[in-house]
Amino acid sequence: MSRLRATVLCLLLAAALPAQAVSWRGFVAAQERLFSDEPADPRQHGNNFSVSAQPELYHEWADGKQSLTFVPFARLDQGDDERTHADIRELAWGYVARDYEWTVGISKVFWGVTESQHLVDIINQTDLVEELDGEEKLGQPMVNLSLIRDWGTVGLFVLPGFRERTFAGVHGRPRIIPRVEKELTRYESSREQKHVDYAVRWSHYFGDMDIGLSWFHGTSRDPLLFPATDDGEIVLAPFYQIIDQAGLDVQLTKGNWLWKLEAINRDGDYAKFRAATGGFEYTFYGLFDTPADLGLVMEYLYDSRGELATTPFEDDFLTGLRFTFNDAQSTDALLGAIKDKHDDSFLITLEANRRLGESWKMSLQASKFVVDGLDQSLKSFAEDDFVQLELGYYF
Amino acid sequence: MKKRKLLLISLLSLSLNTAWALTPEEKGLAIAVKADELDTGWGDQKQELEMILRNKQGQESKRNIRGRNLEVTGDGDKSLSIFDTPADVKGTAFLSFTHAIKPDDQWLYLPALKRVKRIASKNKSGPFMGSEFAFEDMSSQEVEKYTYKWLRDEKLGDNDVYVLERFPVDKHSGYTRQIVWGDKVMYQPLKVEFYDRKNSLLKTLTFEGYKQYLDKFWRPDRMMMINHQNGKSTDLIFRNYSFNNGLTDRDFDRNSLKRAR
Repeated sequence: MSRLRATVLCLLLAAALPAQAVSWRGFVAAQERLFSDEPADPRQHGNNFSVSAQPELYHEWADGKQSLTFVPFARLDQGDDERTHADIRELAWGYVARDYEWTVGISKVFWGVTESQHLVDIINQTDLVEELDGEEKLGQPMVNLSLIRDWGTVGLFVLPGFRERTFAGVHGRPRIIPRVEKELTRYESSREQKHVDYAVRWSHYFGDMDIGLSWFHGTSRDPLLFPATDDGEIVLAPFYQIIDQAGLDVQLTKGNWLWKLEAINRDGDYAKFRAATGGFEYTFYGLFDTPADLGLVMEYLYDSRGELATTPFEDDFLTGLRFTFNDAQSTDALLGAIKDKHDDSFLITLEANRRLGESWKMSLQASKFVVDGLDQSLKSFAEDDFVQLELGYYF
Repeated sequence: MKKRKLLLISLLSLSLNTAWALTPEEKGLAIAVKADELDTGWGDQKQELEMILRNKQGQESKRNIRGRNLEVTGDGDKSLSIFDTPADVKGTAFLSFTHAIKPDDQWLYLPALKRVKRIASKNKSGPFMGSEFAFEDMSSQEVEKYTYKWLRDEKLGDNDVYVLERFPVDKHSGYTRQIVWGDKVMYQPLKVEFYDRKNSLLKTLTFEGYKQYLDKFWRPDRMMMINHQNGKSTDLIFRNYSFNNGLTDRDFDRNSLKRAR
């Protein structure tokens, strides 16, 4: 309710501003998911249609030193009530001075360098119902002060208000089996969602090296999932523990090579572990004397918890091919495969984008889950191979 | 770098008296140094850029980019480009610290993910935003990026011009050589021919509508690149040049990328 009130307030505020000082952009998109198999759980939907919108309003004043950003997002989904959702991605005031910057409100922050997963990136919760790849994030309330010095940027974060991860609902697909029941969510902290989290990050670059060091104390963004029962049905109940997490991210940019490493150490009463992602991206420029580039991405994903890890990626390799056509329509395609070292299970994904005219964009996504072996984490998705087509209008 | 420039300046003043004694290479270098000297001291600038991409059939597509540049003495300049159209890349920003000889430092900001990505700059010959301009055509022209050879003086239309041949120092350049027709009054290029790695004519760039700013610095209103091999062309139309904006290094750091609107 308070969020709705904030939205209305912000819209009124926006309407009161002189029109030319406010800039608009955003998109509306229609999406269809096509599944090739019958669902593993008969309650899951078949082919599925959904629409989404994300307008973005931006106003700056005082010669650009102050700004207000408002980015609401909403999706209407044919089959999954949990995927039908709205969120304030951003609603924040910004202040820029010569050697510091403030961000106060709901905002979004990205940390890290690798492609296969984002271990270090911890400020924003994952909006997992949007995409399985975890790239979509929920808005996070924050007070952020960034100090800009010759020796790097120090970001100080106070994060009041925790956002729960979104999970596909009973009818949702693809989804983990048994399903996650959000009603059964528990927290280590008695303050639950009101626990105030803190984070610090230093980032800098030295020649061809970009580096970041970060520390976080607060509620873990990825919950532990414990079996529970809900009206006699076996479900998974999320449990959010309090953690301390130290993170490192480094990228070396050398000619055609990008060398990347992300590593974390997480300490909590319920899970202590280390995890890392490391690898490279090598780009062949001007493939076969055309303007197109081909990038080869290889990353190794490690998690000290092994098979007990809350992610499917505990001892896996990602191999990816990235095609960038460098044409007027900005056509690109990314083909990737993640395979467990000790198992024959793997996941293949394809992502391709192309602009149509000046304002439209067509996106294709396909995922194939090959489950052959003991790896339980991918097994839920065995029947969920799908192709996703999206047409977006950008303004 | 500075020392080298001083040496070149003395070479230049020498050349004014004893032009006849210089080899074509020395004369070519002296002209490049003079052009560089005349375009020194602009400090910072902002401009708006419309890019019109035309394919073989004449179909057009447009991009709008706002740019700002910071002059750096003793090294290449810094530049920040912000994309306004096409709408799906609106807010994407590109930060570049150019260097004369070592690879440029380049970062790309992807607004949808809020991600600042360091990108490889080896791709000098790659197309800029799907256009007929390569990254190396768009980056700041430092004297040290080429070796030179003066070919001849002649008339191009009504203008007295010098004709120079220049050879990229960087082995990753997409060109074996370029031929530059430079105006003898402005010391700015009017036409450039680009020869590919096989030494055949690839592209021709022409400049139009030079105007003088701050009573000193010449900037074109339009640059037209024609690719002779694929039949495509790209026009760059520059608007609203402004100087002395008080820009500093702070307007060209990784933090500034995230709030580039």
